[in-house]
Amino acid sequence: MGKYKKYILYSLYLAAFVWMVVVAYTGSKYRPESVSILFTDLSWLGNWPKWLDLPLMPYLNEGFDKLIREYGMFFEGINNFLLGLYTDMKNFMVGLPWPLLMIAVIALAYFASGKNMGTTIMVAFCVFFLGFLSPRYWDKCIMTTCIVVIGMLLCLVIGIPVGIMMARNKKVRNAILPILDLMQTIPSFCYLIPGILLFGLGAVPAIFAIFVYAVPPLIRLTDLGIRLVDTEVVEAAEAFGASKKQKLWGVQLPLALPNIMQGINQCTMMALAMVVIASMIGTRGIGDEVLLGLQQLNVGMATEAGIAIVLLAIIFDRITQSYGEKIQERTKTKKIKL
Amino acid sequence: MSKIEIKNVYKIFGDQPSKVLPMVQDGATKEEILEKTGHTVGLDNVSLSIEEGETFVCMGLSGSGKSTLIRHINRLIDPTSGVVSVEGTNVMDLDQKKLIEFRRHKMSMVFQRFGLFPHKTVMENVGYGLEVQGQKPEERNKTAMEKIEAVGLTGFEHQYPNQLSGGMQQRVGLARALATNTDIMLMDEAFSALDPLIRSDMQKQLIDLQSELKKTIVFITHDLDESLRLGDHIGILNGGRLVQVGTPIEIIMNPADDYVEAFVKDVNRAKVIKAKIIMTPANSSNNVDKSNLIKVQEDQFLDEFLPKVVCSNANCEVVDKSGNVKGYLTQKELSKALTKEHMADAAKSSK
Repeated sequence: MGKYKKYILYSLYLAAFVWMVVVAYTGSKYRPESVSILFTDLSWLGNWPKWLDLPLMPYLNEGFDKLIREYGMFFEGINNFLLGLYTDMKNFMVGLPWPLLMIAVIALAYFASGKNMGTTIMVAFCVFFLGFLSPRYWDKCIMTTCIVVIGMLLCLVIGIPVGIMMARNKKVRNAILPILDLMQTIPSFCYLIPGILLFGLGAVPAIFAIFVYAVPPLIRLTDLGIRLVDTEVVEAAEAFGASKKQKLWGVQLPLALPNIMQGINQCTMMALAMVVIASMIGTRGIGDEVLLGLQQLNVGMATEAGIAIVLLAIIFDRITQSYGEKIQERTKTKKIKL
Repeated sequence: MSKIEIKNVYKIFGDQPSKVLPMVQDGATKEEILEKTGHTVGLDNVSLSIEEGETFVCMGLSGSGKSTLIRHINRLIDPTSGVVSVEGTNVMDLDQKKLIEFRRHKMSMVFQRFGLFPHKTVMENVGYGLEVQGQKPEERNKTAMEKIEAVGLTGFEHQYPNQLSGGMQQRVGLARALATNTDIMLMDEAFSALDPLIRSDMQKQLIDLQSELKKTIVFITHDLDESLRLGDHIGILNGGRLVQVGTPIEIIMNPADDYVEAFVKDVNRAKVIKAKIIMTPANSSNNVDKSNLIKVQEDQFLDEFLPKVVCSNANCEVVDKSGNVKGYLTQKELSKALTKEHMADAAKSSK
């Protein structure tokens, strides 16, 4: 059976190839009058012939139109939900007096890092410097933060369960890995455009783009983290009669947590990187300052906004990273005190 | 009925084990199978039975399939073919739910690299078996404390495993296995990762515990001395095949093949052979010099009285527990028993 599987696969490839050639040939405006000409006049071997052109573009456009026509309501629902969430969050944070918000962020850093003063001071410095760079940046940074946070939440809610499923089932992993590869290699502009068509301009397509761009590392690291848990420890849990659920929540997830936290950290950084690109589709935030600087060839403006993004990144990184370290400490090591 | 019965178990690792199975059943060796099909033979027609309350030691070099074998008993690994029955139930018949119940209440396991949960304290580790059974924290902590005491780790219950030394970690592993109070304990090279002194300590502790608890223990090791010390019966595996099963003495006296012989070659016989095995029976001891005698118990190992014999240059009178003379030991028998050539002769004559 195993031997034949290979040949079945090969013949499927062959069939697909033949089908593509036939479709390309019959669908082309430039095809010769009859097939027999191809054998007498061999000039088509010189350059790639015009009639050998698979009409993928019209297919995709058609398919996409159909998707919007038939499932438009569904996307509209998602759009309204995310947009509502974003607007509420943004309005709330923009409405707060800035010193209060600053103190809140510093307090968050303080407690997330397990009362580590070094980290807290660093974050405090960055937060203060954000406003210091330019008064305009404060509100724009809040917008960007809201988009990143919502994008990240979406990544967590979908990414971690998918990672767990991949770790548990080899077939699921084999099915999802190529999708992740695709998500990571396809240029971001390719899904920004459909993002606009599905969700309109603004924050939601940016969240969508963040999801596509930032979820793969989270999924990969969740999967890897669970599979890297010592097999003997997992065996021990099984040998004592742990059910799948008990094994997952009691042993695998806690021990995979350092890797998962690393994934969340990666996810955040990638989300921030995406925000700048998303400004090109009209997403408001600190990214559009960079874009503005770029359009006006204003090096200072672009750099200033760039620094703001770096500061924002440091704040995000420090908070998520130090939280991860804290968890690791709790779950793994305590220094031997003798 | 035996406590654990393993019948004609085959285990083949690879993509299509069922296709390779007939070849293995026809007697192809592990190497042939690997070369021809790329499959690895884990177990090759292993049958054995383990009685209630005994310590069965399964011995072999690494790659001989002993860890695979022990994992069949609690079905961490499914056999390719064959029957594994515990107390009369075939473990292959259990569905997922029953299997979990079976693992919770019938057997516990100790691992080579301890298999402790690094994120749980010693007490939480020991109570883990009870935790998955759904016991309340107060209850399971009480049991856990008892077991921690039993293995001598009182005072360490709130430490994390990586704060303990290897020996202490394995005590935690042992306590965890004891906590669920199962009849059967599986010990997968439990002491192999420990240094020799601690290992000997742990062996003694296990023997002491076992004399009290009378559990059925399946013990895996690659160390012959350990197996001779702990085992009531020893099974020797080579390349997935069970080459010999017997009591320690049977293994020493009658090695079944070259492999076993190579194994027992370097063993310290004085630690394994009891006085009654090599003595000249009392009724045929007329020409033994009885002027200078030392009394020894029939169940004593040779190394327990050997120094005395050498120092006093005396012969031994072997007595049973009530003091009746059963036989005599002269230096001739002793020296014979302790040299390798004699063992080879004994093996030949018994064949």
